Amino acid sequence: MTIREIAESLNANVCTKNDSLLEKDVEHAFGSDMMSDVLAYADEGSVLLSGLLNPQVIRTAHMLDMPCIVFVRGKLPTPEILMLAEESHIVVLSTPLRMYASCGILYTAGLDR
Amino acid sequence: MEDLLHYHYDVDGGNFASAGEASVQVKRVLRQMGFPPDLIRRVSIAMYEGEINMVIHAKGGDADVYLSPEQIRVVLKDVGPGIKDVALAMQEGYSTAPDNIRSLGFGAGMGLPNMKRYSDEMTVESTVGVGTTITLVFNAF
Ligand SMILES: Nc1ncnc2c1ncn2[C@@H]1O[C@H](COP(=O)(O)OP(=O)(O)OP(=O)(O)O)[C@@H](O)[C@H]1O
Ligand SMILES: [Mg+2]
Repeated sequence: MTIREIAESLNANVCTKNDSLLEKDVEHAFGSDMMSDVLAYADEGSVLLSGLLNPQVIRTAHMLDMPCIVFVRGKLPTPEILMLAEESHIVVLSTPLRMYASCGILYTAGLDR
Repeated sequence: MEDLLHYHYDVDGGNFASAGEASVQVKRVLRQMGFPPDLIRRVSIAMYEGEINMVIHAKGGDADVYLSPEQIRVVLKDVGPGIKDVALAMQEGYSTAPDNIRSLGFGAGMGLPNMKRYSDEMTVESTVGVGTTITLVFNAF
């Protein structure tokens, strides 16, 4: 599933400007507000879904080579967070959907774990 | 073995927002030097966990990274409160982090075990009231 398809299926806004990254293909996703758990359990290269909004979410994703972060519940990232994401070549999406619904949609669409 | 390169970073303990900057820089250096992606990811995750620990548990410290083609060594040194029972702290789920740290997404007691899992060798030297030094070794082959 490409990041563009993820954005469409979650009715999400693309917050970062690096549009060429939207064609990147991903296979796994991980949803959590605890970065400790993301670092311990997420597969490399997964999409990260989170309701937590701080710079450590971006750095955690960067350490795990995650190409995309979806902020759920309509959370809007600050300019600082977006800048950090763009520096790390990470696409940031923001969906009005909650965590459970977002994960369900992506799981049904074929993203596993 | 001879270390070819040494990088030093000050880890600012007063600023949670900047925690992890040293790990980000190390990741960039390792990529420029052409280390394999899997190795870079192991180093990144383990060092980042250690760097976060220095910020949330120990008011910051020093991070030193030594590179040779065969080996990457990361030394994280702080003069924080120290760890009373290292064996206990190494167990999954053990955490003394306060609630405000948990609301920032950390404090599940997963960091030290994760550092152990992703490194090839890990040593923890810690004295209560003096500080903690953690050495992580990653073999390139
Ligand atoms: N540098 C340090 N100085 C003092 N105490 C530390 C240090 N690093 C870890 N500890 C102690 O060891 C415990 C376990 O550390 P660990 O990294 O496994 O979990 P955590 O930091 O509490 O949570 P998480 O890493 O999941 O966010 C900490 O809660 C703390 O009591
Ligand atoms: Mg920790």
